[in-house]
Amino acid sequence: MKKALLSGLIGAAMVATAAMAEPKSGGRINVVVQPEPPGLMLGLIQNGPTQNVAGNIYESLLRYDKDLNPQPSLAKEWTVSDDGLTYTFKLHSGVKWHDGEDFSADDVVFSADVFLRETHARFRVGLEHVESITAPDAETVVFQLKNPFGPFLGMFEAGTMPIVPKHIYEGTSFKDNPANATPIGTGPFKFEEWKKGSYIHLVKNEDYYIDGLPYLDEIYWQVIPDAAARAVAFETGQIDVLPGGSVENFDVPRLAGMDNVCTTTEGWEFFAPHSFMWVNNREGWTAKPKFRQALMYAMNREFMKDVIWNGYAEVAHSPVSSKTRFYDTDVAKYEFDPEKAKALLDEVGYDGTPVRILPLPYGETWNRWAEAVKQNLDAVGVKTEIVATDVAGWNQKLSDWDFDLGFTYLYQYGDPALGVGRSYISSNIAKGSPWNNVSGYENAEVDQLFADAALKASAAERQELYTKAQAQIVEDVAAAWLLELSFPTIYRCDVKDLVTTAIGVNDGFKDAWLDR
Amino acid sequence: MQTLRYILMRLAKAAVILFAIVILNFCLIHAAPGDPAAVMAGEAGASDELFLQQLREKFGLDQPFHIQLWKYISGLLQLDMGYSYRQDAPVWDLIMDRLPATLLLTGAAFVLSIVLGVVAGVMAAVRVGKWADTAITVAALLLYATPLFWVALMAILLFSVQLGWFPSYGMESIGSELTGFRYWLDVAHHLVLPATTLGLFFTAIYARMTRASFLETAAEDFVKTARAKGLSEGRIARRHILRNAILPVVTLAGLQAGQIVGGAVLTETVFAWPGIGRLMFDALLQRDYNVLLGVFLISSAMVLLFNLITDLIYLLVDPRIELNT
Repeated sequence: MKKALLSGLIGAAMVATAAMAEPKSGGRINVVVQPEPPGLMLGLIQNGPTQNVAGNIYESLLRYDKDLNPQPSLAKEWTVSDDGLTYTFKLHSGVKWHDGEDFSADDVVFSADVFLRETHARFRVGLEHVESITAPDAETVVFQLKNPFGPFLGMFEAGTMPIVPKHIYEGTSFKDNPANATPIGTGPFKFEEWKKGSYIHLVKNEDYYIDGLPYLDEIYWQVIPDAAARAVAFETGQIDVLPGGSVENFDVPRLAGMDNVCTTTEGWEFFAPHSFMWVNNREGWTAKPKFRQALMYAMNREFMKDVIWNGYAEVAHSPVSSKTRFYDTDVAKYEFDPEKAKALLDEVGYDGTPVRILPLPYGETWNRWAEAVKQNLDAVGVKTEIVATDVAGWNQKLSDWDFDLGFTYLYQYGDPALGVGRSYISSNIAKGSPWNNVSGYENAEVDQLFADAALKASAAERQELYTKAQAQIVEDVAAAWLLELSFPTIYRCDVKDLVTTAIGVNDGFKDAWLDR
Repeated sequence: MQTLRYILMRLAKAAVILFAIVILNFCLIHAAPGDPAAVMAGEAGASDELFLQQLREKFGLDQPFHIQLWKYISGLLQLDMGYSYRQDAPVWDLIMDRLPATLLLTGAAFVLSIVLGVVAGVMAAVRVGKWADTAITVAALLLYATPLFWVALMAILLFSVQLGWFPSYGMESIGSELTGFRYWLDVAHHLVLPATTLGLFFTAIYARMTRASFLETAAEDFVKTARAKGLSEGRIARRHILRNAILPVVTLAGLQAGQIVGGAVLTETVFAWPGIGRLMFDALLQRDYNVLLGVFLISSAMVLLFNLITDLIYLLVDPRIELNT
């Protein structure tokens, strides 16, 4: 009883301190950006490091909380018509571009209809369902759809639909515009300087349209190419924030255990990185479904999770991540069972032809992971060889279908219609890209299920279709799913409110403040 | 007059060699798997044929190989090293932006290793067989055999993490807005670890080379004569022995000087030094052809130039050597 009382008191005290912590303005923060981004114009480049930095310069209409619910950003409110065809957004008033020009609904129409249509491959997928984009007045934008498109409200994230300034880009060649070197957005931070090979300096946008935001005065994104050197820079106090994935996994426990250091695995819900091996469905032993099932039983994915990822992961059982929508919790699971794997190999009459494993050339963690897979497969009698490459070579081999098992990980983008279907539908089989249906999996029924599910407006109907699709794909082992990855963000505990959305540090500095 | 003729002949030869190097590099780079468009599309995380096609057209990669080569060479003849589409800037600007940092690092390492190496070598030689000689020889052998990146990491662990004497990365205290003398002091502070690390290997070579050459020369007859004339040992060591023993060191220094542009990739990576070595390494991974070719071109030009300078220095050190084209 006394104990309960005491813990109640402590609880009350903690609530009190939390309530007392008023955000403080001012201060500078040092963050690692890895690798150095090729550019900061988010409308042209959407890779990880670019969005890390530019996500604080550019904005879209919405942000998403950690449960993927839409939140206001440039749009302060929005409505979706009952038939799921008309999306109306009311924009914030008094928004200015970083160069002082007024922002208006015309910028939104230009960005979506003209700029991104030309430059943004992933956004084009959503545009196919759009009939028209109009601006009835300066603070209203209306998207009229041809047909209901389930994931549409998830497309207003900064990396998917960054709003770019019409007055700078209209009528120019977007990719060659000299303004790309000095990005102009509406976001909480302005571009100040980029010393190539060294750092990118952002400063507070004093005219930001939400009073009091942002709190920080400046951010330095520092370029440190060596993973061990990044860990040391954090250890010695020169760096405040290590975004997820910027140090090797085996360094994470050491850094996380330091005084005054906090970690979180949140802030990746929108991306939900899903790792797997493409399995060549076209030729060789991997073309046989039973052989592919044997691979799944042979792999000890719990070991990979605990040892190679230091527990910062979950076993992936389905093409859909359990962290996003429409994952089927009852999907059949391939548990670690070497005996079953051997039995299946006997059944298909495997003759010992070596299977080529293509690791992802993203550092030590991935090399060790490929070795773990090799060890598991060797243990059940599958001969393997690891093919070493660099990023460009990996790209090329997957694009040319020159592989048996190829490591990769893909983002889910909050909805199976955006992040999952692309890897399994047969219309997406084409040489020349490592991001389509690289396995070469073909199943007309699955194609139909994905096509239908995207166009349904109701979540319940979509769930039913996605459940069926998952069951079929898992039975066929269209790819060899490994882990749902977590990339812990490591930061000093006096950096507050850093990860508040589903894309974490990519737009996190809007709310972050320093308690120093 | 003869010297000038010699220099001109050598420069003409160098131009031919450089031309061959450019063509060879161009072929080698294009033989590597993947191209810049694929890498860029790959990084975007999603791409379609249209996107790749747009990139390839923009980079001129959709044209036949010989036309690409011809365009590159005719550009070079007009002193245009091309454009980095990835970084959206002319290659020349990118290189010039990074060159000072690298020259500072490699230059400091160069001076450090020559001075330290020669001094250590002479010290070992004049005390041959004593404990100082043994210590220097063993240290030089160790440094010679230890991989550079390991030395770098250990130096960071000891001097940055444990002792906190020197910063572990970068070229300046970022955002400190220092100016003038204080700025250069800050840069020098950052320079200590990388320059020492980079210089250690050559220090070891110079020390061993100087010691061996010094001992060999010391056994010659003219040294005995000098001693018989009653000269002091210090004067004999400086004026008679060292001057004759230094030729192999000059040869090696010429080699090291040739690496002044492209030789610091590892050091620059470990210490996050914003130099040209990293520009080159990133360009290699990204298949940024023009940047890579540009860096190769500048570094091979440097090698040729320093070979020539080395040969001219021989003349100064030993006037008996004759120029022969």
